[in-house]
Amino acid sequence: MLQELLDVIVTTLWMIVGISAIFGIFLAVSGLVYFVWNFINSKKDQFRGYGSLKTVTFGDESSVSANRVASISGVITVFLIWMIATGSNLLPFKILPVAFVGDTQFEYTATNAAGDTDKATVKVRVTPFGNSDTEKLVAPETSDGFAKDDVVMVAERRAKLLRAQRNDDGGAEEGFRVTEINGQPIEPNQIVQVDNGSVLMTGAGSLQVRPYTGPTMEALYLPPPEQVWDRFLQLNSEGYQGVGLWENVMWSLIRVVLGFFLGCLFGIPLGFAMGLNSWLRGWFDPIVEFMRPVPPLALIPLVIIWFGIGEQGKVSLLFLAALWIMIIGARAGVSGVNISKVHAAYSLGATKTQLLSKVILPNSLPEIFTAARVAMGVCWGTVVAAELVAAEKGAGKMIIAASKFQLTDIVIIGIIIIGVIGFGIDVLMRMAENKLVPWKGRG
Amino acid sequence: MSGLIVDDISMTFELPDGGNVEALKNVSIDIKEGELISVLGPSGCGKTTLLNILAGFLAPTGGKISLNNEVVTGPSSERGMVFQQGALFEWMNVSKNIGFGPSMKGTPQSDINNRVTELLGIVGLQDFSEKMIYELSGGMQQRVALARCLANDPDVILMDEPLGALDALTREKMQSLVLDIWKKTGKTIILITHSVEEALLLGERLIVMAPRPGRIHKQYNLPFAEMGVGADLREVKRHKKFGPTRDEILSMIWDMEEEIMGRTESA
Ligand SMILES: Nc1ncnc2c1ncn2[C@@H]1O[C@H](COP(=O)(O)OP(=O)(O)OP(=O)(O)O)[C@@H](O)[C@H]1O
Ligand SMILES: [Mg+2]
Repeated sequence: MLQELLDVIVTTLWMIVGISAIFGIFLAVSGLVYFVWNFINSKKDQFRGYGSLKTVTFGDESSVSANRVASISGVITVFLIWMIATGSNLLPFKILPVAFVGDTQFEYTATNAAGDTDKATVKVRVTPFGNSDTEKLVAPETSDGFAKDDVVMVAERRAKLLRAQRNDDGGAEEGFRVTEINGQPIEPNQIVQVDNGSVLMTGAGSLQVRPYTGPTMEALYLPPPEQVWDRFLQLNSEGYQGVGLWENVMWSLIRVVLGFFLGCLFGIPLGFAMGLNSWLRGWFDPIVEFMRPVPPLALIPLVIIWFGIGEQGKVSLLFLAALWIMIIGARAGVSGVNISKVHAAYSLGATKTQLLSKVILPNSLPEIFTAARVAMGVCWGTVVAAELVAAEKGAGKMIIAASKFQLTDIVIIGIIIIGVIGFGIDVLMRMAENKLVPWKGRG
Repeated sequence: MSGLIVDDISMTFELPDGGNVEALKNVSIDIKEGELISVLGPSGCGKTTLLNILAGFLAPTGGKISLNNEVVTGPSSERGMVFQQGALFEWMNVSKNIGFGPSMKGTPQSDINNRVTELLGIVGLQDFSEKMIYELSGGMQQRVALARCLANDPDVILMDEPLGALDALTREKMQSLVLDIWKKTGKTIILITHSVEEALLLGERLIVMAPRPGRIHKQYNLPFAEMGVGADLREVKRHKKFGPTRDEILSMIWDMEEEIMGRTESA
């Protein structure tokens, strides 16, 4: 227990180092671009207006606005780092050396039981990742001496064991050993560098062929942008596992819209009732206050047990995700009404019903919109998570299925689309808010 | 007997800790129809409480209010109220705010429109009828509040520090506007203020209240409101009796404030 805790703390400390390094690089690039940009523009803006004299007030967001140039260069930098780290073909030249692919060879010297030595060649063909239809190397039939030539097929960045003595004359005899690689002596557990890679001798005397990997990322972990783009085009036309890309996304969206709609349909009236009537407030308060802090994700197992993995379960889950948020928003909206507005309405001759429909309802709209924005965000996150656990279609289902086959490019496409749609939802909600409750925050 | 009669009103608030506050004790005032009354007093002497009782938002714990021989039991459109701020409806534009009262009664839309146009003229907001409330300055907002109250044609207009949040110049203009409206419409107006000058200018009768328990301390009948109608208010302030009256009331209020402070310190 204590040991595990200690391990976690040590890991976290290392993470601090790693994260600092990543941020450091990113910030350094930022600083560089900043100086270059300012240098280019130093003559242009002599006068920046009095706004530039404004001091930064902490917590006052409006005093600092985002610099567009910085935003664009930041995004470009992310892509550049991505391309460099993956050795992308989009770059005009490779900044980091990439992993070796193609044909290479090395020579080994064998010593037989009688103490004679002979040399043979090992031809190595390194095939690109994920490409199984590369032409096979054929072993040469003839060779002089007792050591015979070998061929090895190995996938990019992978290693392969080769018993070079297997086809050699007397290779099975006691005392037959490989002693040199490319003229350099080798013993078990030693490595010799050869062209385009290295060769390791295992403890048992076999050779392990290890083509050069380079410092770039392996496509399995992070595919280069062009591969992701090609996969995107492929998904766009063919879909994945028989379901179209946009069909997957649409299904996620449909679930969110339905769940959110149900949440509003029941949550808003319930919130109003709780804000207006102390009995109903008392009646529902314990349930609402208990359910509110339960993350919707924690309900997924229960929902699966109850409804299975079908649509009903998903929509119910999203309904529950939206419900509490909408209840609390509507409740806060009606109970937050300024008492002088209520008094004003009464002394202008409004009846109770009129007060409710003409004052309390419209007054609560800003709060309801805030809640709706939060609920939409939570629903979108929840639907993806629910699809990860169990679903037949959907953006989450697509990426979890792809991850099982290590199709990292599909996973990345899915993540990007999920992010873009989540952002789009928020932008739409904000636009609706500005249109429908323009007085928000200015009362 | 017509007019607004405050008959031996008392208001005691029970506090959650078991104690209680006598916000008002045995307050009686007879207010004639068309009278302009200003109410002055140190903070916490029960001015707002009195106004809320007059409006019908609070039920007094003792005594009763009657308007034109009818006992007041709750808010009604006969008694309009202008609040300090924040009581306009932000989701409606200026016209809709002003027309709110009539539309609640089901007045035909064309009549409402005529009334709103007329009132926009009176408060000088003709060009702002379609603006939203948050697009107006504080002074304009108070003019909308005044117009909204007038739209209902109430018998009594109650104002709780309606000009408290305005700058000096706007405030002066609004004071003239209140006097104009008072003269033109002949409404009974009861106005609470913290400014002694404003109380002198906007009160045919000035009521000074004293705290703990909240009660009427002194009443003055003043000529300044009548003088101020249609005249330059700065001229009125130069009247030979204005300065001395102001100083007398100021020192009275200062004495009361000091007494409160002293009591809190010794407590
Ligand atoms: N709802 C309430 N519950 C308890 N006490 C109250 C309540 N409303 C007012 N009081 C108390 O009654 C007294 C009078 O309050 P009131 O608001 O009428 O004073 P005021 O003269 O309007 O003061 P100010 O000039 O600061 O507005 C105060 O002591 C206040 O604390
Ligand atoms: Mg008050």
